[in-house]
Amino acid sequence: MTVAAEASDSMPRPPKGRAPLVHRLIVCPETGAALGAAAVFVFFSVVTDKFLSPLGISTWLDAASPIGIMAIAVALLMIGGEFDLSAGVMTGSTALVTALLAVHVGWNVWSALLVSLMFALAVGALNGWLVVRTGLPSFIVTLGTFLALQGLNLGVTRLVTGTVQVSGIHNSGGYSSASAVFASTTGIGDARIQASTLWWIVLTIIAAVVLVRTRFGNWVLALGGSQVGARAVGVPVGRTKIILFMTTSAAGWVVGSCDILRFDSVQASQGVGSEFQYLIAAVVGGCLLSGGFGSVVGAAIGALTFGMAQQGIVFARWNSDWFMLFLGILLLSAVLVNTEFSKRAERARR
Amino acid sequence: MTMISQTIQRRRVLPWLVAGPVLAACSAPGTGSSAQTRTPAAAGTLRSVAVVTQSSPSDAFWSVVKNGALAAGKQLGIRVDYYSAEDPNAQAKLIDNAVAQRVDGLVVSMAYPQPLGPSIRRAVAAGIPVVTTNSGEAESAGLGAIGHVGQSERPAAVAVGKRLRDAGKTKLLLVNHMAGQVSADNLASGAAEGFGNATTTVVVDINNPTDVQSRIKAALQADRSIDAVLSYNAQIAARSVAAAQEANSTAAIATFTLNTEVLDAIRAGKLLFAADPQQYEQGYLPIVLLQLYRSNLDTVGGGLPIQTGPSFVDKSNVDAIAQLVAQGTR
Repeated sequence: MTVAAEASDSMPRPPKGRAPLVHRLIVCPETGAALGAAAVFVFFSVVTDKFLSPLGISTWLDAASPIGIMAIAVALLMIGGEFDLSAGVMTGSTALVTALLAVHVGWNVWSALLVSLMFALAVGALNGWLVVRTGLPSFIVTLGTFLALQGLNLGVTRLVTGTVQVSGIHNSGGYSSASAVFASTTGIGDARIQASTLWWIVLTIIAAVVLVRTRFGNWVLALGGSQVGARAVGVPVGRTKIILFMTTSAAGWVVGSCDILRFDSVQASQGVGSEFQYLIAAVVGGCLLSGGFGSVVGAAIGALTFGMAQQGIVFARWNSDWFMLFLGILLLSAVLVNTEFSKRAERARR
Repeated sequence: MTMISQTIQRRRVLPWLVAGPVLAACSAPGTGSSAQTRTPAAAGTLRSVAVVTQSSPSDAFWSVVKNGALAAGKQLGIRVDYYSAEDPNAQAKLIDNAVAQRVDGLVVSMAYPQPLGPSIRRAVAAGIPVVTTNSGEAESAGLGAIGHVGQSERPAAVAVGKRLRDAGKTKLLLVNHMAGQVSADNLASGAAEGFGNATTTVVVDINNPTDVQSRIKAALQADRSIDAVLSYNAQIAARSVAAAQEANSTAAIATFTLNTEVLDAIRAGKLLFAADPQQYEQGYLPIVLLQLYRSNLDTVGGGLPIQTGPSFVDKSNVDAIAQLVAQGTR
């Protein structure tokens, strides 16, 4: 028996056709998350009249998309047993790099996007390398990166622009094609679907397949289960971790790019504080804070729950003073439903 | 006016003191001839001023205040050092620090007068003239400051509310990005008073533009009778315009403070007006006040706040103002 085999066992394997459907559903880590999401969905659909309208749906999908794109990468990293507190500020950093190069240096938007992707991957690699090399908790390492990036964002922005935001990317070359990819809207009837929503769906599918169907995915699960065990069975621990950190910052780049091309301006503090939303989405989606267990689709559903709760409260026109309380209670309830289910799943598996 | 001051209030990261040393380098005493001509033989000479504000490091509003203070220093040949800390206790320590450095004058923004009070009293006791700026007008004189410069929140908000009512609007949505702060309450109640009709509020997270936009959109969808939206800061205003468009709402958008997006939107007729607090003056005038006091024992305002705003920017004057925003002085 190896740890790697045990860990990969904790993920739902494609059913062999023998287990009954109910049992198969119960051991799915996504089931609890889906139930939580369904509860939130039904609740707001009943309580408010606009939540379920096409316009309403596009509103909460829009809000959930950036959280979702980040949450799936954060979930992979979390399953691998690590955290990235710099994930939120990274969305601002990449948008700033793109905007500064395009607006102030006069580059084509695509070249600017390429360089900001390089920048993101470099920071991710640095995070991963530091964690692997020093053995420090990723919490500390990425807290350092979080603060450093925050300072860099502000310092560089003010140095270059004299103010704290960069705007006007729509005048740069390549803007129209780039914004078609990152910031276009698709009208389906009354609903307007943002490009970020499509990115979210596509990236979720890719990440889910990578986690469940590939050797790399097995390495990630093994890593989060037990690092020592994973190393013993030949998992390239260092490389896997570094790739996971790079994935998270690359996701930050996607969100940052969607933001800057859509809103045309970015402020130096953008993204700060959002890292917790990604963690919440991943946890609501069934990821264990201790690593080794969780699912990409679950994290995406977690982000959806978060987005629905956020917007649903506004649709319900509740007194805004209580906003955070409502949000907190809703999320706690969703997590409780979820953990109750994973407990059952544990029992069913035995 | 504190309203734009603490945009990132939810983040209690370490106090940021970076700005000070960097800017100290930029604000070395000038050698302009004005320094001689402006110095009467009276009380003394103002050589150095410390400006200590409550700004978060990446706040566009305070960036203009800072530009104003530094420009005044340059023009008057005074060394101006700008420091800021969001946390009032950290801000108090910055004031103590300036007193220890024996600056000739002190400018303080007081979003939280209580924790700053003792430090300001110590500065006054050490013979350092203090001018308060932006916020804290009620406590200013009591603490011994020689004057206050700023836009009083409530009357400004009342004026904005009135203007919206006069535009024929009947239901107002207030977009609050600083839930839990006193200034948000002042602005909300002032706007409601001036507006005189129904108002409702939505709370948003300023560091997340998607969140800002979709929550405003949701609020407009949930209540179709909303025909006016007021945001407390320009960044939020740009999102309000987009949100109204996406929600197919024809609500008129108005805002406090300016930035280039707001100006573009005013030009395009998508934003009704912006109430500019002219915060450049909130940086500039205190330095002048201190200079006049040091050299001539002059005070201005006699304990009443000197109002820097609101100055309304709409389609009629937007083009002239746009250039000034671009250079960071409006």
